Amino acid sequence: MGRTIIPIGPYHPLQEEPELFTLTVEGETVVDIDVRIGYNHRGIEKLSEMKTFENSTFVVERICGICSTSHPFAYTRAVEDVFPMEVPIRAKYIRTIIAEGERIHSHLLWLGLAGHFLGYNTVYMWAWKLREEILDVMEILSGNRNNYAMFKPGGVRRDIKPEDIPICIRKIESILPTLDMLKKAVLDDPVLHARLKGVGVMTYQEAIDFSALGPTSRASGVARDVRKDSPYGAYQEMEWDMIVTSNGDVFDKAVVRILEMFESAKIMRFCLEHLPGGEIDANIKDVPPGEGIGHIEAPRGETFHYVKSDGTNRPVRHKVRAPTFMNLPTYKATVQGETISDATIILAAIDPCYCCTERIAVKDTGGRILYGGKDLIQLSREKTDRIKRRMGVR
Amino acid sequence: MTFVYLIVFGFAATAALGLVTSWIDRKVTARVQYRVGPPFLQPFIDIVKLLGKETVIPAGASRGTFLMAPVIGLAGVVAAATLFWVNQFFEGGFMGDWIVAIYLLTVPSLSIILGGFASRNPLASLGASREMKLVMAYELPFILATLVPVIWAGDLSISGIIENQSDGITAGHLSGIIALIVALLCVQAKLALVPFDIPEAETEIVEGPLVEYSGPGLAVFRLMKNMLLFTLPFFLIILFFGGMRLNGINILWTLLEYVGIVALITVIRNTNPRVRIDQAVRFFWGPMTVLATAAVVLALNGI
Repeated sequence: MGRTIIPIGPYHPLQEEPELFTLTVEGETVVDIDVRIGYNHRGIEKLSEMKTFENSTFVVERICGICSTSHPFAYTRAVEDVFPMEVPIRAKYIRTIIAEGERIHSHLLWLGLAGHFLGYNTVYMWAWKLREEILDVMEILSGNRNNYAMFKPGGVRRDIKPEDIPICIRKIESILPTLDMLKKAVLDDPVLHARLKGVGVMTYQEAIDFSALGPTSRASGVARDVRKDSPYGAYQEMEWDMIVTSNGDVFDKAVVRILEMFESAKIMRFCLEHLPGGEIDANIKDVPPGEGIGHIEAPRGETFHYVKSDGTNRPVRHKVRAPTFMNLPTYKATVQGETISDATIILAAIDPCYCCTERIAVKDTGGRILYGGKDLIQLSREKTDRIKRRMGVR
Repeated sequence: MTFVYLIVFGFAATAALGLVTSWIDRKVTARVQYRVGPPFLQPFIDIVKLLGKETVIPAGASRGTFLMAPVIGLAGVVAAATLFWVNQFFEGGFMGDWIVAIYLLTVPSLSIILGGFASRNPLASLGASREMKLVMAYELPFILATLVPVIWAGDLSISGIIENQSDGITAGHLSGIIALIVALLCVQAKLALVPFDIPEAETEIVEGPLVEYSGPGLAVFRLMKNMLLFTLPFFLIILFFGGMRLNGINILWTLLEYVGIVALITVIRNTNPRVRIDQAVRFFWGPMTVLATAAVVLALNGI
């Protein structure tokens, strides 16, 4: 049968970011997929290296509009990792509250979009309406619906006022019945079952091989969550469940996200109710020379930041790795062999965030890519050899 | 007189009512989704605005076919609608016009297939091939379901079907109810609405066959779809509820039937995700055909 190339992107109406999937199809079956990103490269790492430690927080906050807490969270943890220091416990609680609020709104956003991809626009609108409530909570807590600007190395910028806490708890509780209804509407719909079950399956082994992260891997039975594996913030202070399912299809990915929202609401409520007193900022004066890493569980998986300091007031190296970077290659396992109708929802099922992921784009003046994957690996090996020689390892 | 039938009723009245129906559909959808919805004239404004836009013909497209496709589709709807109007209110019609109506109602789908393949766009041809599969899937149960009123009337003409129902509508029988359900779902597919909007699937293949259309071509296709949104419920009312009766209290009944059918279509499209083409074909050839056949057998036995 003849092969056709179906392009999805770069200006595709369904996803709000520029990206290009080249689907090679035979009839309706996808036999190969190629992903190209790099339309949205902004040089965040370089920008960050030109700013002070404090100001870089705002830069990384703008890596992604949805993960606008995950990146500052990971970054501040990386800075705090450079030298021994302790973040005040109240600041840890506040950070946890903001991070979980972000998880709820991010998962709701995904749920709505997933509905839209399936032509189920009612779920789209309902999920986004529900998301408004959680954005209101975030606005009460931080003054912003998104890009909360709550984080700074050593603590948080704003305190939570005691009089706001009951309002927030009430708001969080008020969304739970609607969330429950939405959960039933999605999980008990026979047509949705027909559309999503057994579609885009990623097996346990594939999830391990591709190093998938976050809900994408947890849907395949990989019990991996930074919040449990290497607790940070206030996550070890309370009981909550890591949601793990075993089928690895799109339906299970939706299930994981929907159930995680309930856990997040639980965590948020606990933190708001048990908010300890004390300082909210450790008042870091100088960052000594050294390097630090910070990793946290973003809504899409583990976000990783690396910061190297030379004792001045700005990082000499700042490296960001977003979860989508690890989840993108899983398309090879999930999309191939499926139909085009299913491809869109499978592509969306990892909850991709390309602007988070875009770190490098090498081009010549003609717009042609100079370096392929092999060239980049070669470059990387040469660099490692150089460093080893300098350190006298070999 | 033919002019009056074709232009005044077949085109103008159908278009006006179709646009109003499209507004009802959009407004109800919006309310279901916690939105405000468009103002009353919005569907009309959309068409007028599109008519004023530039027509872009893709390079390498079959020019004549590409431009003719929307017109053929519109002509099909106008002809079908005229047939119903004439049968309903002017005691026209002829022997066997039920067959003609079924034939004319497939013309819009065919025109979409034609336009899709003529655009020379991979997404459009994919959408057109999906539309083709869908047409083949729903036509059999649709014809079987609409055969039930014919069996009850013992007459192949639409006026005969209407007349026969003056002492008891088709939907009053068990076979009629089954056939009505099947026909409603087939109408959903004929209108290419969720869950059967597979050929156009905006989020998969970007409106499929319509992807290359712009300006007047797109306007005519949109108008055609809006007119179908009136014509198909009209056809169902004729077949299953004894036609539109505009005397006394019956006006209210007719209105209720019509709004009910439209509301049902809207609710179905708002409470379901899109199915895959293979699932749609299996659905229509499996349960729907079985149900429609059962309805025909029941009708033949007078149940």
